[in-house]
Amino acid sequence: MAIEVNIPTPLRGLTENKDVVTAEGATISELIDNLDKNYPGIKARIVDDAGNLRRFVNVYINGEDVRFLQDKETAVGANDEVSIVPAIAGG
Amino acid sequence: MAETFFSNLKCRECGALYPKKAIHVCEYDFGPLEADYDYDKIRAAISREKIQSRPQSMWRYRELLPIDGEPTVGLKVGFTPLVKADRLAKALGVSELYVKNDAVNYPTLSFKDRVVSVALSRARELGFKIVACASTGNLANSVAANAASAGLESYVLIPYDLERSKVLNSLVYGTKVVGIEGPYDQVNRLCSEIAGKYGWGFVNVNLRPYYAEGSKTMGFEIIEQLDWNIPAHTVIPMASGSLLTKITKSYQEAVKVGLVGESKFSIYGAQATGCNPISAAQKAGTDLIRPVPKPDTIAKSLAIGTPADGYYAVNVMKKTGGAAEDATDAEIIDAIKLLAETEGIFAETAGGVTLACAKKLIESGKIPRNERIVICITGNGLKTAEAIDGHLNEPSRIKPSLREFDALIAGGSSLAAKK
Repeated sequence: MAIEVNIPTPLRGLTENKDVVTAEGATISELIDNLDKNYPGIKARIVDDAGNLRRFVNVYINGEDVRFLQDKETAVGANDEVSIVPAIAGG
Repeated sequence: MAETFFSNLKCRECGALYPKKAIHVCEYDFGPLEADYDYDKIRAAISREKIQSRPQSMWRYRELLPIDGEPTVGLKVGFTPLVKADRLAKALGVSELYVKNDAVNYPTLSFKDRVVSVALSRARELGFKIVACASTGNLANSVAANAASAGLESYVLIPYDLERSKVLNSLVYGTKVVGIEGPYDQVNRLCSEIAGKYGWGFVNVNLRPYYAEGSKTMGFEIIEQLDWNIPAHTVIPMASGSLLTKITKSYQEAVKVGLVGESKFSIYGAQATGCNPISAAQKAGTDLIRPVPKPDTIAKSLAIGTPADGYYAVNVMKKTGGAAEDATDAEIIDAIKLLAETEGIFAETAGGVTLACAKKLIESGKIPRNERIVICITGNGLKTAEAIDGHLNEPSRIKPSLREFDALIAGGSSLAAKK
């Protein structure tokens, strides 16, 4: 089941400059592992050594921050829109 | 003094070092970059005497600010009054209270002149000709004014529905004001994209590591004005949480470079109830900041739903034994009036937030009544006057007649004198 993932500019160097790629998995965690198979190195940018989402990286499913769902174990389905978005500055 | 003490930019998360360019995020883990200094060199170079011999501006702490040469923008900014607020102290039932009054900062009447003078001085060093910002109002005013005096072209991007005074206070300087149909967070997101595409110097995006350091000077001044002591309790408004973390950094740096001895201090953060992502997290005992998608408060200058430094602010409060509080619109207005009536200081809505929260923290026992307290007032009430319009007594109106005046004083004196 291929799920579309939106890739932010700073990570497009790892995705052959593609802003949307597809990946497979039933949870965010599996999705990230699968992404890393096709685009080696991307996982380390998104999660830390313990496998937790990095503090300044946000992952959204249909606009909801997964930290307020089941974090990296949040389930994903074929029609979900997944976005990886680095936190922004300001203020 | 043209010697530089500022060595690198450094990722707050992984510690990776970066050159001193217009960048603000770690390429690897997206952590924020922060200015890093050679503290041994600073310690050897400065002293209380040396600082006291310099002009009364924020630049008397030049060694601890991230520019290479002499400052070129905002030379008169800072060194605002620290007012011993005895009448307010009595009203709150505390023994020793001070108001750090950046409502009279130069030139645009808010603490933002501090961050902008650093950001634009650095922008010039980096060769920018066009500067810009994402702002809730005060920053826009300051970028517009300081860019005008420095001869830089400027663009300020703001939520379209800001207070009219804050909009006029940008327009007058000839800046290009762009009102965005959305809350601050969307203005901010757009600015990140513009900064990447246009290559402008956005003071709080790609120049943020320099900009944010300017806030430290508010803390250095508090210390110096308390005769070189760190106050036991400091109450600070929070929008992004940057000011709170930087005042804390200033207290720590003052110890590090030998200006003061170590002493225990606690840091408290204040937000509006209608936009309280940081105080809600602090109260819930987590450092996970839940964004507020639709801020709803009269304290528009604090209405940032996704605070960039929220995580750090919560941790500073936790580490220093402080706490956070938030205030409703009614409490904000009452506090603006209390500050004005007791100390003759007219603060903007954010100042009402800070005082209202200080009051609650004192009443709940989180701030002890018998220790030294400083509250930080960051902006001027004239800019948000419309927020209190309708909450004050209207002027009495009479004919130019002594008889009418006598009648007013005799009969309606309660009206004239009443709160």
